[in-house]
Amino acid sequence: MDTFLQNVVNALQWGSFYALIALGYSMVYGVLMLFNFAHGDIFMVGSYIGFFIATGLISLSALGIISLPGWAILVLTILLAMLLTSFVGVLVERIGYRPLRDAPRASAAITGLMIGIILETGNLYLLGASRRKFPEIIETNIFKLGNVSLTNTKIFIVIISLLIMIALHQFIQHTKWGMAIRAMAYDFVVVPLMGVPVNAIAALTFGLGSALAAAAGVFYGMAYPVLDPYMGIEYGWKSFVAAILGGRGSVIGTVIAGFLMGFLDIFVATYFPSTMRNLISFSIILVILTFRPHGFFGRAYSAQLRL
Amino acid sequence: MSLLQVNQMTHYFGGLRAVYNYNLSINPGEIHGLIGPNGAGKTTIFNLITGIYTPSEGDILLDGKSIKGMRPHVIAASGLARTFQNLRLWRHMTVLEHVKLARYSKITYGLSGAFFNTPKRVKEEDDITQKSMELLDIAGIAHLADTVVTNLPYGAQRRVELARAMAIEPKVLFLDEPTAGMNPEEMIQMMEIIRQVKEQFNLAIFLIEHRMRLVMELSDRVQTLVFGEVVAEGLPEEVRNNPLVIDAYLGKEVET
Repeated sequence: MDTFLQNVVNALQWGSFYALIALGYSMVYGVLMLFNFAHGDIFMVGSYIGFFIATGLISLSALGIISLPGWAILVLTILLAMLLTSFVGVLVERIGYRPLRDAPRASAAITGLMIGIILETGNLYLLGASRRKFPEIIETNIFKLGNVSLTNTKIFIVIISLLIMIALHQFIQHTKWGMAIRAMAYDFVVVPLMGVPVNAIAALTFGLGSALAAAAGVFYGMAYPVLDPYMGIEYGWKSFVAAILGGRGSVIGTVIAGFLMGFLDIFVATYFPSTMRNLISFSIILVILTFRPHGFFGRAYSAQLRL
Repeated sequence: MSLLQVNQMTHYFGGLRAVYNYNLSINPGEIHGLIGPNGAGKTTIFNLITGIYTPSEGDILLDGKSIKGMRPHVIAASGLARTFQNLRLWRHMTVLEHVKLARYSKITYGLSGAFFNTPKRVKEEDDITQKSMELLDIAGIAHLADTVVTNLPYGAQRRVELARAMAIEPKVLFLDEPTAGMNPEEMIQMMEIIRQVKEQFNLAIFLIEHRMRLVMELSDRVQTLVFGEVVAEGLPEEVRNNPLVIDAYLGKEVET
């Protein structure tokens, strides 16, 4: 029972990463009908940006130039990483995808893969192949609840991730931007005729998705403090699968699917040889998709949505 | 100067001349009908004026200012709204959301208001909801406000389109076959709604219709378009009896 609870805690943390990244895939797909295959690498970029901000702030503190408590550095790191990474996302949309708005979807997919490679190799070129160690921003405290060991970072990550997801859900459901995002899932013709600037909304979607990926990147660095330029690939692909599983553009579905991915990862590795982890968890997902091809909360859409 | 004026507008799709030397002037409180056989270019004219396409030649003036070449969302926000021949609703959103989103350009609360319920946002949301409900009331669908549009009957969906177009507070309203697919009873109700919004908001209405009865009864002036050119223009009775119009609809009489 204790191992089970321990696994639940770990799975919640893993699921937070997947869910946060998957939301970016899902929102962009909902609005623009394309998968931003560079999104996993945006997560990597966010993690590195977080790394530089945290390292910088910590050394400034050590030098006595600024005096900030650990929690303030943490909050600043998260917010700044989200902000700066959202600019990267907006840039990717502007340079990579907007010129291809009317091109076949395959062109956009290839562009996405290429942008991903540019981000990975650019990082490799600028920073070298050595891995980076994400600094410990706040001291990790381990405490026991029964026989389940919890750390303050784990609790922080899961709670803040959930808060971010709730905020996103509120944003999508109840604001004018959120309504515009939902309406753009249906067409690009009527929405502008109602006075909505579609390009700005597309950029906003990319920016929001990238900010969430950056939050996941910082949280990942806090939990598993080794960063390398290719870290985005596996998490990116798994989150992509979670986005499909959640259903196009559905925040709740994507969050559930992200946590499901986390649970599969952890529990499959517990009860089966861990080398079979991906094989078994993806097989389970294939079975689910066989019966629910539109995902948990997805709806059937015709391929001909646009003029 | 009229409220909406189109001067010598011509448009080519590649080598195909879709619209030739088209002129239009509409004033507040007027309904201007546009009729013509299928493929004559009526919807193209709508698309040209609303900014989906930019005309090859000619100019479009709204309130004396040229709107030619502007982005559709800018044109919409400056007071030109339209409905669509084949319904273009956002199927899984509610009726009220359709109308509220159309007020996008009028909403001023910022991103901070979106994440934190600032008093400004709460007040603005209340105002928007209230105004939207008034429009739904005029369209006779207030009781359906929270229904997802895909569950509505066809006639009600047409009314949602009209209410959504009205929500951007237009000066000019374009209606593309507003009664297509409706039964006679629904058509008469729709005519009443169109008349009512025209009176209440002092609108200029530009109407495409296939049903002669509706066009003739509602319009102050009527144009007939054939192969992208206006072949007849005038009061409804004049146009109805114009031999060119009869030819276009019924074919030429063969002289024997």
